[in-house]
Formats: sequence, structure tokens, C-alpha cells
Amino acid sequence: MSRADDIRDLMRTEGAAIAENTQGFNEGRYASVADLADYEELKSEARAIKEDAIERLPELVDQLETAVTENGGTVYLAEDAADANEYIRSVVAERDADRVVKSKSMTTEELEVNEALEADGVDVLETDLGEWVLQLAEEAPSHIVAPAIHKSRESIADLFEELFDPEEPLETAEELTRFARAELGERIVDSEVGITGANFLAAESGTMALVTSEGNARKTVAATDTHVAVAGVEKVVPSVADFQPFVELIGRSGTGQDITSYVSLLTPPVETPVVDFADDETPLSEFEHDRDFHLVLVDNGRMAMRDDDQLRETLYCIRCSACANSCANFQSVGGHAFGGETYSGGIATGWEAGIEGLDTAAEFNDLCTGCTRCVDACPVGIDIPWINTVVRDRINREGERPADWLVDGLTPDEEDEGAPLQKRFFGNFATVARLGSATAPVSNWLADTQTARWLLDWVLGVDPRRDLPQFQRETFVEWFADRESTVENPRRRAVVYPDLYTDHVQVDRGRATVEVLEALGVDVVVPSVPSSGRAPFSQGMVTTATDHAERVHETLEPYIRDGRDVVVIEPSDHAMFVSEYEKLVDESSFETLAEHSYEVMEYVYGLLEGGADEGALAGVDTGEIAYHAHCQQRTLGLEAHTVAVLERLGYDVAVSDVECCGMAGSFGYKSDYYELSVDVGERLADQLETEDVAERPVVASGTSCLEQIDALLERKPRHPVELLAPDTDGEPGERPQ
Amino acid sequence: MPTDTLATFESSLAEYDVPVTRTDRAAVATTVAEVADPPAVGVALDETFGDDAFSLTDTDVTVDPTPAELQAALTGVTGARLGVGDYGTVALDQTERGSELVSLFVDTHVVVVREADLVAEMETAIESLGDAVEESRGSTILATGPSATADMGALVRGAHGPKDVHVVVTEDG
Repeated sequence: MSRADDIRDLMRTEGAAIAENTQGFNEGRYASVADLADYEELKSEARAIKEDAIERLPELVDQLETAVTENGGTVYLAEDAADANEYIRSVVAERDADRVVKSKSMTTEELEVNEALEADGVDVLETDLGEWVLQLAEEAPSHIVAPAIHKSRESIADLFEELFDPEEPLETAEELTRFARAELGERIVDSEVGITGANFLAAESGTMALVTSEGNARKTVAATDTHVAVAGVEKVVPSVADFQPFVELIGRSGTGQDITSYVSLLTPPVETPVVDFADDETPLSEFEHDRDFHLVLVDNGRMAMRDDDQLRETLYCIRCSACANSCANFQSVGGHAFGGETYSGGIATGWEAGIEGLDTAAEFNDLCTGCTRCVDACPVGIDIPWINTVVRDRINREGERPADWLVDGLTPDEEDEGAPLQKRFFGNFATVARLGSATAPVSNWLADTQTARWLLDWVLGVDPRRDLPQFQRETFVEWFADRESTVENPRRRAVVYPDLYTDHVQVDRGRATVEVLEALGVDVVVPSVPSSGRAPFSQGMVTTATDHAERVHETLEPYIRDGRDVVVIEPSDHAMFVSEYEKLVDESSFETLAEHSYEVMEYVYGLLEGGADEGALAGVDTGEIAYHAHCQQRTLGLEAHTVAVLERLGYDVAVSDVECCGMAGSFGYKSDYYELSVDVGERLADQLETEDVAERPVVASGTSCLEQIDALLERKPRHPVELLAPDTDGEPGERPQ
Repeated sequence: MPTDTLATFESSLAEYDVPVTRTDRAAVATTVAEVADPPAVGVALDETFGDDAFSLTDTDVTVDPTPAELQAALTGVTGARLGVGDYGTVALDQTERGSELVSLFVDTHVVVVREADLVAEMETAIESLGDAVEESRGSTILATGPSATADMGALVRGAHGPKDVHVVVTEDG
């Protein structure tokens, strides 16, 4: 099946359950972290603990080994999966165990411990209810925290019916849970070996934290006489006190629970007596607590990740699932599409690249659109989109060179990066746009012919169901060059950045920006500036993006030195200047540009706050408006400025709260992802079509968002600055001519 | 501890539908016996708290049960080392007397905590537990509400562990 077919199939079979659950978790996260007065502080603490621990990892592992040995346990450092499995098999064999009970552990999924033990004839029983369902159904987890998130209650009921033929039919979640509890409970007390993971390990005392809700991990340890804990080396932190921020953050960040039912702080071997559950004579306190404990610390690529400047951050991951739940694409497809061998969601790219290799990461890495909504959600502040970009860049470089004869001229890639043809087309969109405007309207007519669309689809994977951008013959920069500035005694002086789309396609919003700024007393210039590099950056073409970044800085820096502010209309370009460029240009260049750049409505907000006369702006005709902010703009905390300006002018603003519109630059144009993009977009469209909002004109900040909304709604959306422009009639829904 | 913390502790637990019964040392055994659905088993609370007033020997609660009695019991009674106001969390130490088994392999867990052992915040709790655990190399469970799962299509209380929790607080230490 093609990628598009796979995704369509998953959305049809699993999409509804995935969407409901992930969105529930995501809403829960917002609500739960809002209760934490010191949320940001806790995140910083958590981040600092992980940074320090990974930095000092070898030393901490030594210390942990000493502590566990002192406590009476054994530590085994496993180089890779085979090594770990061999050791675990030997422990189970030595105990002569018939059955191993397991609590949920992604690391054992990574190692495929179950298969290794089953090959020895051992009965391996998953006790987490979700994992058990998957074991019965012979399916893989679709989510790192809630593994059976893709299964509906009905499908679980059918599965139990088929496998167990229960006397009473099982219908409700409660009935299914009772049944599972009874089935598993009997077998847990009759098992010899219990395997758990470990969420955190304290080097100082050999104490581990296990974060659970069902109580199965407690039973797995308490009911058996041999405890094997399997954990990646990255789980080690200095002391139990360091668990604190994680205990407060992990449940909130993941499923939106303030805290899970149980956080076990175990210093194994634990003191709970090892009892014979059938014994009806001996009191509990008279049983011995002669328990064996083995800690299997797994490298399996992690130490190499630690040495890798770009992948290292992945090791800070506490596997809370926030990056999955907050991801618009994940909400539609789940971990069966957006995941590798073991891990799923945004951070999975880092894990899979480090553990399995680039090939595995390449299978799903494109599903990260770089919307950045996971960045604020991550409790340890991992720059997950950057990891995805870096890995994409590496995949591109590893890939075969595309057929040059097809791309000469159309997708010049001076950096010779080896990116696939489609990536180079979208990554070099600046060239396409330049050619498009130069030859418009002929270019638009040509591009829209059936033959051209077929070719675009066949050669470049541009989905024929998408409308193509209509290039304007007169660019924004050309329009500006032909007029004279009218501002005397300017309040401020600004350079408006003519982003690719504003310059070539949505010229109206550029004109509106100039008119608004001039009305508020700003002296404006609109020079020709290279494109920001957002497009190649999104395609993982980091060298090309860096080249753009350097040229943008070179072009804008003299204006800044001359006392001008940089005003940016397109939020994804503004995000490049104030965030992504940090990775691409030297520190001082980044700081100069970041410090002086403003998103246009943020700038207007500042002008009005600074005393500029709002009376100079267009009046309000229709008071009610619907607004969708751009994903990256929200991550930067800049949604509020647009809302504040519109409210100040008298608008009643209904704001969407979906994480992303689903268009995400070129993503929604790609044939493989068109339907996914529309599925994500429909969540936004649904919000814009609710009873209270359905009649409101729509404004949106991002180019992609505007395109997506335009495609999904009857109403023509506009950029908010167009509402403000004084020489229009201010009537939303119509573009100024 | 100020009464505020107890009130917060109660309201935190109310979110999990966990009732809190206030009592005092003199009445703690009676209170426990009242709230514990029979058959009930328990650990020796007098040893847990080092205070004879907590002894359950005069009640119907079977102290230090056999595994078979434990399996047949509906209710398990243990003590908590501390409680956390903000979260409604109790810290359950694992002991050689099988406190972990008594609090886990039952339908209802009745947990006794002294008001003096309540702390307002998780940070304080983990600092104190961390010191204790590092010193004793012991184990403790931070338990908040009943066991729960959402794996069967909706949130269900009572997964592998207790379905109900009842907290008894002694206000006079």
C-alpha cells in the first residue's frame, strides 16, 4: 500500500478512538498544568536535572551500581537488546520460572523481551490492562503511555468474547475491567518473576520510581520473589529528591492527571514478605522477604546518542506522551503511523534514529510538520521539532540523489544536499515563487491545466486536490517601490519583511500592513529581502536554510543598525527570526534579529499601547469575528496580541483552540498527506462552524492557515491586519482591491 | 500542622471520591472498625505509629492475617507515613509485616494518617521521604485515590488495586 493508503486506512479504523483519547489527554494537560503555580519553574528544574544527569551519566551509573549492590541487588549493564535479553533469560532460567508477569515498560518493548522469553517456553503475561489487550490481540502499542488507545471499548469487548467466551456478556468498561482484573489477578499471585520498568533511578540510594495507576506494577513486585527492573541508562538521576519535579509533571503532561494513582518509590529488593498466597496458616509477618533483584541498565544506542550533539536532548525525555497528544497529526493517525519500532509521537524520531537507525526514523519523520506545539508541552523543554529537522536532514543526505534532469532550474539546490525531489521543490519554493510572479498570470494558467497538475502529482507529489497559489504579477516589493511614504515625524521606523507569500501571492496583506503602520505613524520601508529559509528548513535542508538565514541577516542588519524595527507578517517566518535562527547563525546575529523582530499584530499592539491613535485605523463594521492563530505564533506566546488589538478596536473575538490547521506549509500539498491534512483541518473547520461562530468572518495569521481555511470553509478568511487597514471599508469577508 | 492543610487534603481527596473521617487517638480503633467493610484485615497500627492507642486488637479487624485471609478480605487497614495536602496523596511504607499486601490485594483500603504528619506540598513530602528512603534504603508508595484505568474505553476506578479508599485522620497526633 502507498503511504496515503496506509494513512487513510488507519484514520478509518483507528482514527476516531485515537482522536477522542489524545484530545482528551491534551485538554486534560492544559487544565492540569494551569493548576500549578510554579509550572514553568518545575519544567526548568526538571530540565536542569536531566541536563546534569546526562552530562554526568557514567559517574552516576557507577554510583547507582554501588548502591544497588549494597542493597543486595545485582546490576547488569547491557550493551544492546541481545545482551539484555540474554541476561534476563538467564535470570528467569535460573529461577526455573514458568511464568513472568510484567508491568508496562516501553524499554522491554524496545528489547522485545517477551519474544525472547517466550522462545524459551516461558509464559509471559502483560498485566497492564492496555498491554494485556494488545498481547491478546497481537497488536503493537499505538501510544507510549496508553498503548491500546486505538482500541474502542466495543472492539475490546468483542476480543474478550471471542477469546474467553464469558458466561455473562461483557459490555461496559467497568465489566471489562473487572473481568481482566480477575483473570490477571489469579495468575499474578502464581508467578515467580516480576519484570518492571523504571521511570527514574536515584544513583545515591538505588531507589527507583514507578509511575502507574492500575496497581499492577505494585502487584508484579509484591507477588513474586524475583524482581527484574529494565531501564535505559538515561533514567538515572542523582537522588530521590530529584524525582520531585517529575512526580509533579509527568501525569499532568501526559494524560492530564495531577498525579497518577501510584508513584512507587522502591529501593529493591523490597521488604514486602514473599508469601504463598494459598497459605491459610502463616501470618504475613512470618514469611521471609528473600527477594532477588536485578537491575538491567540498557545502553542500546543511548551512549552514542549522548555523544551526538543533536540527539542528546532525546535522552531527557521522560516518556510522558505530551508531544504525541499535543500533535495535530498524531491526533488523527496515532502511533501506528506516527511511530517507529517502539516509540511514537514527536520525540520518537530521536529515539528511533538513535536506537534503530535513520531508516526507521525515515518511515514516519515526515509526519512532524514543525508546528512546535509540542515544545511548550514537553516538561523537559526538548526542542522536538529541531530533532525532527536534524534527522530529516540526515535522512536527506543518506538518500539517493534525485534524477537531476527533472529538477534542473526548478529546484536549484546549491548546497547539493541530496534531498528527495519533492523536498527540494518545496524547500526551494522561493525560486518557484519568483518564476511564478514573473510569468503571471500565464504561470497560474499553465500550472492549473490538467496535464500540469498530473505532472506535479507524478513528479513532485503535489496533490491535485489542492488549489495552487495564485502568483501576483506585481509583487509587494514592486508595489511599495512605486509609492511614496507619507509619514512625517514618525513615531517609529520599520522595515516590513516581504515574506515569500506576501510578496508573491497575498500582496493585499502586505499593502494593508504598510497602510496600518503608516496610519499609526510609522515610517516604513519594504526592501527586497531573501526568503527566510523556512521552506528548506521544513524539508530538513539545513544547509540551504542556513544560507538563507545568513543572507536575511546580512540584508536586514543595516536597517536595524539604522534604527528600524523588523515587522514580520508571516508567523512562521517570524518564528525563524526569533527562534529557529538560533540554530543556524552565530549568536550575535541571532540576537540582533530576534531582539528587533516583531510579528505585525504584536507590533501594532505595542504601538497602540505606546499611545498611537487607534482612531486612525479602520472602524468596526461587524463586531463579531473568529480568529485562528498560527501554531508557531502560539508557541511564541503571540496569539494574545492579535486578540488584544482586535478587542481594543471593538471586536468580539472567538478564538480557535485546535493545535494546528493541518496545512503546515507544504505538508498539505503533498499527495501522501493531503487527506491527513484535511482531517486535521476539519477539526478547525468544525470549531469555526459551531453555532456561535458559524456566521462570523474569519481571520487567521498564517499563510498556511488561510489556505486551509479557504479550502474548507465557504467564508474567505483574511489576515487580521486587513481588518485594520484604514483605506479599506473595513468590511470583513471582502478583500480590498 | 495547621488545619488548613487538613482541609486541603480533604478537598483534594474529594476529587477522587475518597472520604476522610476525622477522629482522635482514643477513638481511632473504633473509627477504623466502623468504616472497614468486613471481612477486614490490617497491619499492627500500634507498631506502625509506635503508639498503643492505635492497636486494632479489640476490633473485628484481623491483624497480621494469613495470605488466605488476605485474599478473602474486602478491606485492608494500614497506616501512612505522611499525607500531602495539595494532592491528597498518602505515603505507604513497605514493611516486613506486609503492609504493601494489605493495602493492595483488597477492594477497599482504609488508611490511617496523623494530622501532624500532613504536609502541604509534594516538594516537602518528597524531600522528607527521600531522606528517609536514602537512610533506610526502604520503599514507599505515594498513593493518590483508588487504583484506576482508562484502558477499557472509559475511566474505571478499581483496576488491579483497591476500588475504594477511605482515609482516617487523627487530629491529636
